[in-house]
Amino acid sequence: MTTVRTMLLGMGLCLFAVLAAAQGVSSPAVQVPDLEEGGLSGSVTDESAWQDLSIAIPSFATDRDQPTPANSQGTAALGVELGRVVYGDLANNGLFRPLGPDSLPRPGYQQITAPAWSTWSGRSAEMLVHGYVRAGEGGRLTVGCYLYDVQLQQQLVREGWVVDPADWRRAAHKCADLIYSRLSGESPFFDSKIAYIAETGPKDKRIKRLAIMDSDGANHRFITSGQSTALTPRYSPDYSKIAYVSYLNGYARIYVYDIGSGRQTLVTESQNPTFAPRWAPNGRTILYSMAVNGNTDIYSVPATGGNPRRLTDAPGIDVGGSYSPDGSKIVFESDRSGNQQIYVMNADGTGQRRISFFGGRAATPEWSPRGDQIAFTHIVGDLRVGVMSPEGRNMRHLTDSWQDEAPTWAPNGRIVQFFRTARNTGETSIWQVDLTGRNERRLPTPVGASDPAWGPVLP
Amino acid sequence: MNKIALALAATSVLALGACKKQAPEDLPPAPQNTSAPAPTPAPSGPQGAVPGTQAHFAQQMQGRDSIYFDTDKFNIDAEDQAALSQQAAYLRQYPNIRATVEGHCDERGTREYNLALGERRANAAKNYLVSLGVPAERLTTVSYGKERPAALGSNAEAWARNRRAVTIVLN
Repeated sequence: MTTVRTMLLGMGLCLFAVLAAAQGVSSPAVQVPDLEEGGLSGSVTDESAWQDLSIAIPSFATDRDQPTPANSQGTAALGVELGRVVYGDLANNGLFRPLGPDSLPRPGYQQITAPAWSTWSGRSAEMLVHGYVRAGEGGRLTVGCYLYDVQLQQQLVREGWVVDPADWRRAAHKCADLIYSRLSGESPFFDSKIAYIAETGPKDKRIKRLAIMDSDGANHRFITSGQSTALTPRYSPDYSKIAYVSYLNGYARIYVYDIGSGRQTLVTESQNPTFAPRWAPNGRTILYSMAVNGNTDIYSVPATGGNPRRLTDAPGIDVGGSYSPDGSKIVFESDRSGNQQIYVMNADGTGQRRISFFGGRAATPEWSPRGDQIAFTHIVGDLRVGVMSPEGRNMRHLTDSWQDEAPTWAPNGRIVQFFRTARNTGETSIWQVDLTGRNERRLPTPVGASDPAWGPVLP
Repeated sequence: MNKIALALAATSVLALGACKKQAPEDLPPAPQNTSAPAPTPAPSGPQGAVPGTQAHFAQQMQGRDSIYFDTDKFNIDAEDQAALSQQAAYLRQYPNIRATVEGHCDERGTREYNLALGERRANAAKNYLVSLGVPAERLTTVSYGKERPAALGSNAEAWARNRRAVTIVLN
């Protein structure tokens, strides 16, 4: 059962926040009526009830149709695209049943603040998203986003942003985040980026390049040329760097790539291979695994360089590692018991104990940013993505395929992302699945894709 | 529970199948690192490969430049020892050459663990070569995990051929 109740919203809290902090901010674009106590606080006790929540997301309206650097056809066409991006975000994540702009009538500019209620109630829409886009000075765009309850004929939340034309999709993601957060009670996650490995070529001569993209696959960009194999990237929490493994000089080493300058440095000077880089939640420490004479252990090192600290010393393979959100603990993988299992230790390496006891092998643990779950790869013949509590209880599978591995979390801890390998061809693709395991979707990528890692929600 | 039990049973059948050493009738092709052109036409084997080069080494080893491992294992068994003895003899015969041992895994494991496992396998082979009198300074190791399969199928036979350590002479 789903409980929906109204609650008092702090006034002015989310009125016209502005992106692009560096530049001057336009005044609020549209004077809208004062908020009453409108609002909606969801407490989700049954996922299926939420899936029935229908949301109409028509095109965003514009006051004056004119071409912008974001869309040469004009702001009206851009408004359609904005609606499509919001629709794409809210579709297939298990909470909503959205209707997109391609199947809905197009509201006029004046209707954005005064919806034609009968149009939407006649379409059985329970929720209604309205938005507008206006071209401003210097080609900058002002985008407004409104969420209405159709039955109550009431505005639930609104927000607006001023963005550079190149960032128009971010405004749509911010709108989707606003709606998602308001209706689900969860933290936002759409306005974020993903680092991954782009794969091309046959299985025995696979070219692997470091690449980045928005959370929905847009704004794709290759970072490395593919001359040397790149693996397992991780965004720093502030998005300024990516730690990843490269065979740049013939051997596996972790490099920290600075996105702004394009320069990269070794995470630590060593004659030994280093791999499995992981950032601490505060970005100050990097975990890495290093093999010395065939024996792999986990180390930590300050992100700015300095003396590494060895955290494990078991004779087996200790590898990977993922910090708890408060940085006090690390979940990692070890085969000290004879095969891959999952262990937890304090951040200084003390108190190591095994938590996985459900049969099969368990690998690549990742602590949820909410702290309540650990995602991992469960190997029982096939490789599947599973989750369990930090105590190793309540293990359940989210996927059931031939080879799904290396889950990482959406910034809100609600969606898990992983890559799937096809039998024989070895072709790879990135997938997202919600915590019910029922809603799975493939992320569009220009070529094969593996090792996805989500960064945090952008400020 | 039933499903897990079934899956376990299926895996152990698979594991049994995979435990058998790689079928020698279909050996992986020798690495094609014949990048260094022969500087002088040496009067050597019938193929004309220069002694002390990777081409010559691969030719002489006749497939024994690679050793094979069981799932998740890195121990050197009798078959591996025979191959490594042959490699060591060659490396002792040409004391000026250096070699690298590549460690590889099959695709049915997670990427980072396989990088670590490949290191183990390469080091196991290297250590055995050192125990046979090849100076450690002449040997390096590199793990490719599951990144460079020799056999391309997704079946027990292909996986067995990919769980390997390959010695390559550095020219």
